[in-house]
Amino acid sequence: MDAKDILGLPKNSFPSSADKKPRPPKESQRKPDGISREVYALTGRMPPLMPSIDASQLKKKHPPHEKITWQWLPFTNSARKDDLHLYHWVRVVNGVPPTGDYSFAKYNKSVDIIKYTDEEYEKHLTDPMWTKEETNELFDLCGRFDLRFVVIADRFPSSRTVEELKDRYYSVSQAILIARAASSGDVATHPLIKEPYNVSQEMERKRALSMVLSQTRQQERKDEEVLVEAKRIAELRMASKVTEQPQLVVASNADAEVTERAVPGETISPSNVQPPSMVVPSATDNASTLASLRMLRVYLRTYALDQMVQASNSSAGLRTIKRVEQTLQDLGVNLKPRVPTKAVCAEHLELRREILTWLNLQKQVQYKEAEGSSFRDGSYGETPGTPKDRTFIPDSMNFGVSSERVGKKDQKRKAHGGPPTSAHKRPRKQKASDL
Amino acid sequence: MSHSQTLPLKRQQGEQPPSDDGSSAIKPSRLKISLPSEDSDKKNANKRLKDVEICVPIVYGTIAFYLGRKASESQSHKWTVYVRGASNEDLSVVVKKVVFQLHPSFNNPTRVVESPPFEISECGWGEFEIAITLFFHSDACEKQLDLYHHLKLYPEDESGPQTTKKPVVVESYNEVVFPEPSEGFVARVQNHPAVVVPRLPVGLNLPSPVPFDPMNDKERGGTKDHPLSQWFLNFSEADELLKLAASRQQVQAHIVKLRRQLNLLEGLPQSKQPSGYECT
Repeated sequence: MDAKDILGLPKNSFPSSADKKPRPPKESQRKPDGISREVYALTGRMPPLMPSIDASQLKKKHPPHEKITWQWLPFTNSARKDDLHLYHWVRVVNGVPPTGDYSFAKYNKSVDIIKYTDEEYEKHLTDPMWTKEETNELFDLCGRFDLRFVVIADRFPSSRTVEELKDRYYSVSQAILIARAASSGDVATHPLIKEPYNVSQEMERKRALSMVLSQTRQQERKDEEVLVEAKRIAELRMASKVTEQPQLVVASNADAEVTERAVPGETISPSNVQPPSMVVPSATDNASTLASLRMLRVYLRTYALDQMVQASNSSAGLRTIKRVEQTLQDLGVNLKPRVPTKAVCAEHLELRREILTWLNLQKQVQYKEAEGSSFRDGSYGETPGTPKDRTFIPDSMNFGVSSERVGKKDQKRKAHGGPPTSAHKRPRKQKASDL
Repeated sequence: MSHSQTLPLKRQQGEQPPSDDGSSAIKPSRLKISLPSEDSDKKNANKRLKDVEICVPIVYGTIAFYLGRKASESQSHKWTVYVRGASNEDLSVVVKKVVFQLHPSFNNPTRVVESPPFEISECGWGEFEIAITLFFHSDACEKQLDLYHHLKLYPEDESGPQTTKKPVVVESYNEVVFPEPSEGFVARVQNHPAVVVPRLPVGLNLPSPVPFDPMNDKERGGTKDHPLSQWFLNFSEADELLKLAASRQQVQAHIVKLRRQLNLLEGLPQSKQPSGYECT
């Protein structure tokens, strides 16, 4: 059209209008079924790849020729012992009310309690600790409360512990079963006979459980430490079973390590701040690595070094390992030695271990300092690790927070020349806005 | 089990070794203990020495030359991949054969070399990882050892045009360790320069070794006079040891300082001294 304009030719209005007409009808001709035109346009005017589920199929369809009415009708419940008649709405189909028992009657289950006769009592069930009345009462309550001993213990007239009640009930049931059985073999598979109730064991178990539940956090930590050490000693024994030779050497090492570990665990005080545990080079890991290397008939020195490094890294977290590697780089040492001879590898390993010790000491010093200052600034909540200036006077403890912070910031600036080293990575809490 | 073929000949019948060999003195006690049969020698040869660690220092890598005028699209470089003794000694005393696994685009990508020098030379254009597998003599070890090396053709410094004169050399040092070598193996390689044998425990009676003949080295396959030897790199542990020792000293000094600090802190919880954040 524009081209014709340029050329100066007359525009033909007929063909242009003819063009326009077929175009719009084309679009609107395809009217989609099932979804609206706008939604169809959203999908890009294409039918969806998956056939959509027809929602009308999902409803439960009742046959239309049935006549449904709802009626208010009486009913009885077979689970009840009395003859109570109640009413409820009932769905009636074609004038026929539903048959059958009340639908919830089947849920009325109860426990089978053994009933003994007086004769049986005299013969088998007498007990110095229990009177006949008490035993009768116990069994009555058991029946009523479906062996829920906690409730039974509560309702029992004389005060008896749950364990005593259980013990009496189970031993009576057992005795009756055995007495009534034709032969002992018949009842041998009965759960009461197969797994008898053990009072002392139960009491012990419950006591232990309550002890575990009521452990303080400190005790928990101690227990964990002991368990970890026990596990290590067990693994150590496994490793030394593999090769006879390092047995003695390693065992004595492990003993030394174990005692060394136990002592720092005690002295690093049980404050709320979790103290970092001393990283003692783990004798078990090294011993087992050495043992496994020996099992190989041939290996590369670099492989051996990797294994030993892994073993010594096993006691450290990922962040610590990264810090060790960063330290090595800072010292100008290759992370993997260029000339891995026996001597070089040994030195490299020792260096790594020493760096680990150094980093752990740094952490300990930080914690100690944080502890020290938080000990003085009692009103502050626990803010572990934020180094606070020591020249602060304890008396103004109870003043507002902001005033303390102001004083600190100035003195910190004066006392120390430069910014803290990379070892202290925790962010400062003081802000410029405090001033 | 396999028995080494290279046992010194003298010990076949359990006889005394010739008296002019000074290394193993004739000990009457030995005669009493050992049975006068071939089997006992073989048994001893297979006995494992637990306190002895045999070490073979090796260097493996590639040297690649740009072909310059002779270069084509598909063959721009000529390169060699090899395994050699770290001081150019003959490895065949320990290594039976070496298998180089090249890129599948090469003909017969699995190249087996059964005698020294353990190397493969090829022409190509691409860089890829070469798998090098070492097989040892049966008295040393039945298992193979795998190494991997990335073939480098192009120099780090991409500034100028490539030169045909200076190759791209990449070498790695490593040590093959035999933790509990058999007596026979130790006896065989005791005096060989390619093998590092530690001081043997006193009283260990090994069959006397084959005396090492330096003249044979060239024939057998040391790489001292190898055409490419001028490009071989030097691997000296001295520098690294020095660096490590210095670093250890530094770290130990830090540790001492911190321990002192820790003691102070533990002794005086209300110390008024500023905490020492010293810059390292």
